[in-house]
Amino acid sequence: MERTWSATLDHMEDMRQFILGAAEGKLSPRREAHLDLAVEEIVVNICSYAYEIPPGEITVRVEETEDSLGVEFIDNGVPFDPLAAEEPDVTRPLADRDQGGLGILLVRRVMDEVHYRREGGRNCLRIAVKKG
Amino acid sequence: MEISFEQGFQGAVVARLRGRLDALEAPTFEGLLAQRMDDGDGRLVLDFSAVDYISSAGLRSLLALARRARAREGGVVVCALTGMVREVFDVAGFQSFLPVTETVAEAEALLPSEDDIKS
Repeated sequence: MERTWSATLDHMEDMRQFILGAAEGKLSPRREAHLDLAVEEIVVNICSYAYEIPPGEITVRVEETEDSLGVEFIDNGVPFDPLAAEEPDVTRPLADRDQGGLGILLVRRVMDEVHYRREGGRNCLRIAVKKG
Repeated sequence: MEISFEQGFQGAVVARLRGRLDALEAPTFEGLLAQRMDDGDGRLVLDFSAVDYISSAGLRSLLALARRARAREGGVVVCALTGMVREVFDVAGFQSFLPVTETVAEAEALLPSEDDIKS
């Protein structure tokens, strides 16, 4: 199952419905909320950073295996590996808190798998969540 | 997101939130709450009991509000986190600078008193 949208936040709700619709009945409410969160963080990231002259496009591909649900986000923006950045230090006090990096940290913590690859001039970020 | 305001103990603002605090909602949420904080004395209780979703955009709004409160010697206390909202707070380590309580009354008790702010 695959669809492409213009990479703007106006389409975020559509993408969310597309992905959560595919997950319906396959995940517990808790894991569904985890997927919901990961989708938002990744889409916001791509809409904000992937294109030097926005908007570009996002292709979303949903793949189901026997025991997991995988979602791939593909964009043809500038090369960007969100997993390469150092994780933010979440023990710092208010005055020293940097606002960056929390989104991808959340994605890493709530998903069972997160992989990035650059392929054919495109960024591919794949997440997977175990069923049940 | 729906937000309703009440006058709390000793004049603090209590905001009861309902719905999702995501990237689409966070700017409006932050703007409204910042305005309320500026109209009052910088003391704010956020009742999260009916919030079922928060993302990093929502967390950044809370960070900005906490900083705004601190600059005014007020404070923000969050209460009644449930489900994934609690998990997200834990992962982001927000309890280290944003007090979290179970009830509104406990939250109000943690804020600086009206006298502390006036003096």
